[in-house]
This record gives sequence, structure tokens and C-alpha cells, in this order.
Amino acid sequence: MREAKQPAGGPFAHGGGRVDRTMGLVLLALLPATGYGLYLFGWPAINLLVVTVLAAALAEAACLRIAGRRVWPTLGDGSAVLTGWLLAMTLPPWAPWWIGAFGAVFALVFAKHVYGGLGQNLFNPAMVGRVALLISFPLEMTRWLAPRPLMTEGAPGFLEGLEITFLGGAPADAVSGASVLGHVKTELSRGHTVSDALAGAPDRIQMALGQMPGSLGETSAALLLAGGLLLLVTRVIRWPIPAAMLGTLAAAGAAPHLIDPARYPDAMVHLLSGATLLGAFFIATDYVTSPATLRGQLIFGAGCGLLVFVIRTWTGYPEGVAFAVLLMNAATPLIDRWVRPRVFGRTARGRPLDHAATLIEERAGG
Amino acid sequence: MKLFSIRGGVHPKGRKELAADVAIAPVGLPPLLRVPLLQHIGTPAEPVVRKGDLVKKGQLLAIGQGMVSAPVHAPTSGRVMAIGRYVAPHPSGLPGRTVTLKPDGQDEWADLPPPLDPETATPEEIAERVADRGIVGMGGATFPSAIKLNLGGRYDLHLLVVNGAECEPYLTCDDRLMRERADQVIDGILSMRKALGVGRAIVAVETNKPRAMEALRKAGAGLDGLRVVGVPTRYPMGSERHLVQTLTGLETPARGLTADIGVVVHNVATAFAVHEAVRLGRPLISRVVTLSGGGIARPGNYEARIGTPIEALIAAAGGLEDRTARLILGGPMMGQPLADPKAPLVKGTNGVLALRPAESGESAAQQPCIRCATCVSVCPCGLMPLEMAARIRKEQLDAAVEHGLMDCVGCGSCAYACPSRIPLVQLFNYAKGRLTAVQRARHKQEEIKRLARARAERMDAIARAKREQMDRRKAERAARKKAEQTAPEAAAEKRDQETVDA
Repeated sequence: MREAKQPAGGPFAHGGGRVDRTMGLVLLALLPATGYGLYLFGWPAINLLVVTVLAAALAEAACLRIAGRRVWPTLGDGSAVLTGWLLAMTLPPWAPWWIGAFGAVFALVFAKHVYGGLGQNLFNPAMVGRVALLISFPLEMTRWLAPRPLMTEGAPGFLEGLEITFLGGAPADAVSGASVLGHVKTELSRGHTVSDALAGAPDRIQMALGQMPGSLGETSAALLLAGGLLLLVTRVIRWPIPAAMLGTLAAAGAAPHLIDPARYPDAMVHLLSGATLLGAFFIATDYVTSPATLRGQLIFGAGCGLLVFVIRTWTGYPEGVAFAVLLMNAATPLIDRWVRPRVFGRTARGRPLDHAATLIEERAGG
Repeated sequence: MKLFSIRGGVHPKGRKELAADVAIAPVGLPPLLRVPLLQHIGTPAEPVVRKGDLVKKGQLLAIGQGMVSAPVHAPTSGRVMAIGRYVAPHPSGLPGRTVTLKPDGQDEWADLPPPLDPETATPEEIAERVADRGIVGMGGATFPSAIKLNLGGRYDLHLLVVNGAECEPYLTCDDRLMRERADQVIDGILSMRKALGVGRAIVAVETNKPRAMEALRKAGAGLDGLRVVGVPTRYPMGSERHLVQTLTGLETPARGLTADIGVVVHNVATAFAVHEAVRLGRPLISRVVTLSGGGIARPGNYEARIGTPIEALIAAAGGLEDRTARLILGGPMMGQPLADPKAPLVKGTNGVLALRPAESGESAAQQPCIRCATCVSVCPCGLMPLEMAARIRKEQLDAAVEHGLMDCVGCGSCAYACPSRIPLVQLFNYAKGRLTAVQRARHKQEEIKRLARARAERMDAIARAKREQMDRRKAERAARKKAEQTAPEAAAEKRDQETVDA
């Protein structure tokens, strides 16, 4: 391999970190929630995930080919698979195959490779794919259904699943149910109160476990949280973004709820529903599109949390994680420009420390 | 003692077990010694011997030049075979001025200056002795030590830190020196303390060297103002600024010296050399060096003459076990690749490593930066290596400087931790080198401009003076003519008047 030989310069030691290992750990952390989602929504969901991931990998390979770069081992870094995977997790589980394929191709081509590939993109590719789908195909992107776990009565079999995904043959009776956030939004617009709206919705425990209508991999808050903790423990991600995002969203959700509980759902609804946890641990934490410093990440996370609340509460969309993350992605270069660590031996403003002053202070103090 | 934490840092595998328990062993005289004239930071020394001269061990071979320099002494007795160019221990493998000495096997000492007693000697005497005996920083930086011992006059110093951290993996030469020659090290420290005029001295040793600490504590027992302190095992603890911060909590100002906060740092091996110079009058002509790594047959610590070819050292350590191993001078983190094993051992060489590809991690390919920011979190200087690297790749050197390039100490923690294997240190070194070149070119250009301007002015002035003189003469002539024509008497009268006035 031509690139294998590093320039003859130090250090001649390496910590062993690898890009593909990082991507692999993220996929591993996604497995519990994904597995549960696949179980919950059956064969059509499995088909959709496979199609989306395959489309993402093929799009990446094609782009690399066109750019004259080697397809392997670049494809092996796992980033394209991860993008496809994350996108699939945010899709309605019984969406037709072309939804997944279109989203994945759009994400890889227009959100990643036009910028120059891995590490160069400004926006989170999976979220760009999702938003493109949401704007282009609002009907397909909001068609939720109540869970129909594999091997249970009423769940589609393998062949039925193929029909649903590839031939658009979703039985009419299956397409029912609404996501919690969508339901609340609709009921509020009809003049009902939040508590009325939530009366018919899954209770908190069901929400935490994920036994409710929703996107393929977003329903189980508990399993997403477990995956997020795995990422924190293995140091793949750091705490500021999830902490700031969840904290801000909870605070922003709790305050108006205290004032007017009839109009505003409480903080737990915000935290447990929609893409909140997937977003906080897996999407907003994307290295490429989030700030590089701890303080920058706190600002970024807080911005995401606040925007999610604003979009859910005051716009026409019931859910806002994708938009919030993309908006904060746009702010990332600015945050990285203005929020930098203090350089050793310098003041926060970048001037060399003046020791005459500190020494005098010290002597005066001691 | 209360320690302060530093930011960032990494925990590379120590690999010290390879050589830590091998006692210092002497290396025999090679057939030829190659003694470079530049073994320190600063101006190369100028030879004072000629080809064919017979020299004694410890005799002056070359004398230091200018403010920052150090003399070079004969590592053994013998004949000067040549003063010419020979491959230097530098990654380029380019030749540098070198004295080639053929040992006569007698190893006979020259007359040495009389021993000094640090108790009674003046600080100036000690510093002068250290300068005269060619001692430079032996931790690798090779800054002439006497300059750092003379700071007492210009700075308000209160603490001498003796750096025994030895945070580089593999290296154990300082560890062995502290274990085996603790008394001499402590004695050297007392001399340095005297020269600096400070009351307190701290020997800082990473906690992975408990036996070195024990030996030093025993040797220093009962001495006032001297402490042996264990510091956390974490790279780059041995970086002077970070060590001082760990011990005092004070940050050395950017672009400044640790002396700005009243602290001077010297290496333990330097302390040993100071002991030899002060107590015995001996110059720095040998040192302890670690030979280690998976490619070395018998890793250990060897005491060898300055000028011994690296290949002779490797042979003394049983030779290379692995032909593919990468040879490095220094530690794996900040050491430099060795271009040619014929290059000689110099005063600053603390390690010769032969690292197998699996050890050095060189086999993996470089990948794009995914902005994981690991480099930001491990940087002990508070920099954003990823941003600096991105700018340097686009040749935006000023932007890299604005991001703190010049505050980078080159410790390599970022590149060590980078999952994409981006050669960050090389990028930074490249940029620093480019900036130096640009600065030098600019300086040269300005100097040329200045000289050209001065010349133009000079020529102008000459031409002006000529013109003025001519004008004056012309005017005078014209005036005279006119006066003679119109009023010859008046003119004559005026001339008389002028004579009277005079």
C-alpha cells in the first residue's frame, strides 16, 4: 500500500485508536434499540434497514469510484453503513423501499461526498437524508403504525413483509396509530388539552420501553439510553453534548408546563418521545459536524435541546430533532472559531501570562 | 507534597521493563571516534587542534563560539585523524563538522582543572566550570547548561527542579543513573543549587521508578531544602513547563522561560555531569544511553564515549534482531529517526531504539480526519491540533500560528492518540520550518533593501554635494564677474572691508 508508510517522523508509538473501531462501537451501541425496533415492527422493518444500509454503502462506493479514490478500504471505515443505519432508524418502519434508498443516496451524495467525503461535511448526512425525505414525501414519512412484534398474531410474515416493503402493499388496516408527538400536536390543534391528548397515548413506562408507534429505531428510550451509556463508557462520545441537549430540553419543556400544563406537555414526554435520545447520543454527537472543544460541545448541545423544544412547540412539525441538529451543525464552524481552549501560558484572550502580576498577588496573599 | 494537575497527556505503554533492570555497562573503545562540533543548541564549536595532533583524554578539541555554544573535549587519548564532515546524528543524515579521533588505547587523562568544593566555590566559579567542561542539557534538548545556571542574576529564582521524570517510553538511562549513582546526582544538584543561588531543590521522578526515588531519598537524607517528589506517570510529564506546573501550579508564560516564574529545570543526567565537572574537573565526554526496543538483542543501559558510532553501540547490545526495525535516537514519542547507524553518539543522545513495525505502529494507513477531537483533549498545551493541521495542509501558515502553532511543544500526544493516524507532528514541524525559512528570507530581503537604500542615499548625497559645489562655484564666478564689470571699485572696497573684519 502506497499510503501505508508514514513519513519518517515521530511519534513512533500509537495509542491504537482506529476510525473503524469507533464506527463499529457506535453500531454496536445501536444494536439493542435496532433489534428491538426490528422485533416490534417485523419483516418490513428488517427489509427497510437492509435496503437503506445497502443503498448507503453502494452510494459511497459509487462516489469514491467517481472521485477516483479507492473504494476499499475506505468503505471499510464503516461510516457509510453507520449513516444508512442511523437514517433507517428514523424512518417509519413500514415505509416503502425507495424511501430508504432515496434517503440514503441523498445523504451520501449530497450531504457527504459533494463536500469531499468523510470528515469534510458540514451537516449530519443521516439528518440531511431524513429532512429531504420529510419535505419531499411527507405522507410516507408520517405513516405510523402500532407495533406488531415478530411471531405474533397479525404480524406480517416474510413474504408479506417483502410485499409491504417492495410493492407498497401495506394492508389498509395496518396503517394506523400516530406517534406521541404527532398525536399531541393534532389534539392541541383541535382544541384539546395535553392531558386529554395523552390519555389515549402510551403511558410513561410504555414510552420508556418503546411499546408505541414511532420510527423504526427511536421508540425504546431505555435501550437507546443503554447504547448511549455504552458509548460514554467506551469514550467514543463525551458527556457534554448529550448532557446539555437533554438538560436544556428538559428545562425548556418543564418551565412552560408548570405555567400551563394544558398546553404544554411535561419534560418527560419531550425526553422519552420522538428522536430525542437517538439524537442526543447518536446524532448530535457526530464528530464531524459537532464542535471540537468541551465548552463548544456544551453550547452545541444546549442549542440542539432548545431548538428541539421550539420546533416541537411552535412550528407545524411535531418533531424537530433533525432540524435542530442541522441548524446547530451550521453553527459549528462559528462555535469552533470562537470557543477555543485556553492555550498553556496564555490568558483566555491569548496574551502571554504576566507573571510579575501573579507573583506579586501571591506574595501579598501569602 | 501537594501536586497540581496538568491538562491532557497520554499514557503510552512504558516498555521500560526491557531495560530497567539492566545495570549500566561500559562500552569499549571503538577503532575511531567521531566527535561532532555541534552537539548543542547554538553555534558550532571551533576546533583548536589540527590534523595529526596527539591529544589526551579530556583535552579541549574545539572551543565554544559566541553567547550560546559549548566546547567539545577529547573522549579518550589518541591522534586527530581528520577535521572534516561526517554524517551527523540527524534525521537528514547530512554531514556536519566532526573531529575524527583514533584512540591510542592508553586512555590517558590530560591535566584537569582542580576540583571545586561547591560549599566554598562562588556561583560564578561553578557556572564557569560547567561552561568550560562542555556540559549541555542531557535530557535531549542540549541547551548549554551554564547559561541556565547563570540565570540567578537576572531572574528572581526560588526553586531548582531536577527532571528525573523520564516520561518517554523505553528509556531507562536516567532511572539507572539515579539508582546507581544517586550520591553523585545529589552532589551535582547541590552544585547547581549553589550556582543558581536558590534554597530549594526538587527532584521530580515519575512514580513508575520507585527504586530510583528510594535511592535518591537515601542519598539526600538530612539535606535541607532538597526533596524527592514522585509525580504521576503520564506523558509528557518530563516537559519542563508541565513538570513545573505539576510541582508549583504555576504556568510558564507563553514565549517565556520557567525562570519567569522563578524556576530553573535541569535534567538528572546533567546533574551527574555537573558533579563530575565540579568535583573532578572532568569534561562531558561520555554518557549513559538506553538501547532498547523489540529489535535489540540485549536491551540495556550502556555508558559510552561521545563519538562512539551508533552501530558500535548496537553491536555492544548484541546487534539487531530484526532488520525491519526502525532505528530511533531518543524516545519513541519525540525521538528522531536515525538515517545512518554510522552516526556518532552525542551529548544529547539518551536512547537508541530499534522498534519493530508492530511496536512503532507504523503499519497502519492514514485516514481522513473525522474531527473526533481526541487531539484537542490530549493536548497538554490547550491547542486544537486538528484545526492547525487543516490550515497547514492548505498552506495557511499564518492561520495556523493564529491557532497557536508556536505554542506547540511537539510532544506528539495528538499524533499518538489520533485514530486516523494523521502525522500531526510532521505537519507542525513542517509549518514551523517553513515559517522560519520565510522569516529568514524576509529578514534577508529587508537587509538587502536597507543596504540598497543606504547605498542610493549615499550616492545621492555625493551627487548632491557635487552639484551644490558646482552651483556654488558657478554662482561665485558669476558674482565675481558681475561685480568686476559693474563696480570694480566697490568690489575691491568690499574685499578690503572683509579682510578688516577677518
